[in-house]
Amino acid sequence: MSVEVVLPGSLADLAGGVRHVHVDVGAGTLAAVLDGLAAGRPLLDRRIRDETGAVRRFVNVYVDGDDVRFAHGVRTPVRDGSVVHVMPSVAGG
Amino acid sequence: MTDLLAIGTRKGLFLARSEDGRRTWQVDGPHLLAQEVAAVGIDTRRDRPRVLAAVLYGHWGPTVMWSDDLGGSWQETESGAIRFPEDTGAALGRVWQLRPDSADRPDVVWAGCEPHSLWRSTDGGCSFSLVRALWDHPHRPTWQPGAGGGAVHTVLPDPASDRVTVAMSTGGVYVSEDAGGSWAPRNKGITVPFLPEELPEYGQCVHKVAVDAGGPDRMYAQNHGGVFRTDDAGGSWTSISGGLPVEFGFPVVASPTTPGTVWVVPLVADVQRVPQDGRLRVHRTTDAGETWTEVGAGLPDGAWTAVVRDAFCADAHDPTGLYLGTRDGCVYASADGGDSFGLVVDHLPDVLVVRAAELA
Repeated sequence: MSVEVVLPGSLADLAGGVRHVHVDVGAGTLAAVLDGLAAGRPLLDRRIRDETGAVRRFVNVYVDGDDVRFAHGVRTPVRDGSVVHVMPSVAGG
Repeated sequence: MTDLLAIGTRKGLFLARSEDGRRTWQVDGPHLLAQEVAAVGIDTRRDRPRVLAAVLYGHWGPTVMWSDDLGGSWQETESGAIRFPEDTGAALGRVWQLRPDSADRPDVVWAGCEPHSLWRSTDGGCSFSLVRALWDHPHRPTWQPGAGGGAVHTVLPDPASDRVTVAMSTGGVYVSEDAGGSWAPRNKGITVPFLPEELPEYGQCVHKVAVDAGGPDRMYAQNHGGVFRTDDAGGSWTSISGGLPVEFGFPVVASPTTPGTVWVVPLVADVQRVPQDGRLRVHRTTDAGETWTEVGAGLPDGAWTAVVRDAFCADAHDPTGLYLGTRDGCVYASADGGDSFGLVVDHLPDVLVVRAAELA
């Protein structure tokens, strides 16, 4: 199945200059989508996840509009045609 | 000759250069804008000097970047220069220290990190390996984080032996005599004002350690309360705080050329952490801490700021040049061992680290 990942502009350079990436995955979880996104894009992956596979503290990920922190984290289900938004949180200063 | 001063701040890196014997400085930057640069290493052992920068993106995590053209371009290892092995279950929080080793070990670079860990690179800082013996030390689970986090913040490889000294907040001083293969605490005599036991084996909040120019066995520690000296590589420490106006501070800098000469920047403890009466001054000893003298003509009054642990450094000139950065974004330089300072640059973000080197 295919999932669309929407990246913030600040990460587009690490995805070949595009903000919309279509990822084909076999399993139906966010982790599988992020694994697919990481293939060939290790720098992009490190910006989003740490080496344990956890989404970084100040990165928010939404599956079909829902914040995965309030769902099942990287085990949140995705379906064919899902849209995954990766966004920086409002943290900063 | 060019003197290079690298200034890491909370929002990027600035590079200052002097072509006239440290009289005037030209500052360029910001490099790596909007990224915290808490550690810098200037590796002059290479054909072209390499500037290593510990970067913490606001949202996107920590990494190590380097430039071989003095900030013209930056590289990083795609898979990450520092990655905790999977079996540790840990993730890199921040890189606190980048320390090129000696000329005899030309590609070795050390990194001190949060969580408490020491790393060693053999490829000039492109990739690092976890020093397992320190990570696996039975004390590690009981090392506590200081206010800034729990980290190895000081790494001192001895150029003439396999000794490596580290310091951490909190945990104190640990020394390996076999290039990192085994570690032992060396904190005897360093007091701990924040624990029930005043002289524990470990657990001290040592803020910074510096090695005397006269030899590796003599070191100085700016502790979280008190300045101490050891003459036996940490076997025992003696207070040398007498003569200082206050005992607290973060950095301690030893002259790389003149034995017994050391500088500290006293701050009022414990909550205020500002210069006494707002007078930013350096205190210098030339007799290994037996006596101290206030120096620093040209440093400001009305300075309700602070100097953090790596925001004070020396160069290799004689007389020693000193460089001091403040949390309110000012950098001062002295070319006369601290007698007088001049402003290099102001209105920067919080200065976290300064490092100086002479370039051929």
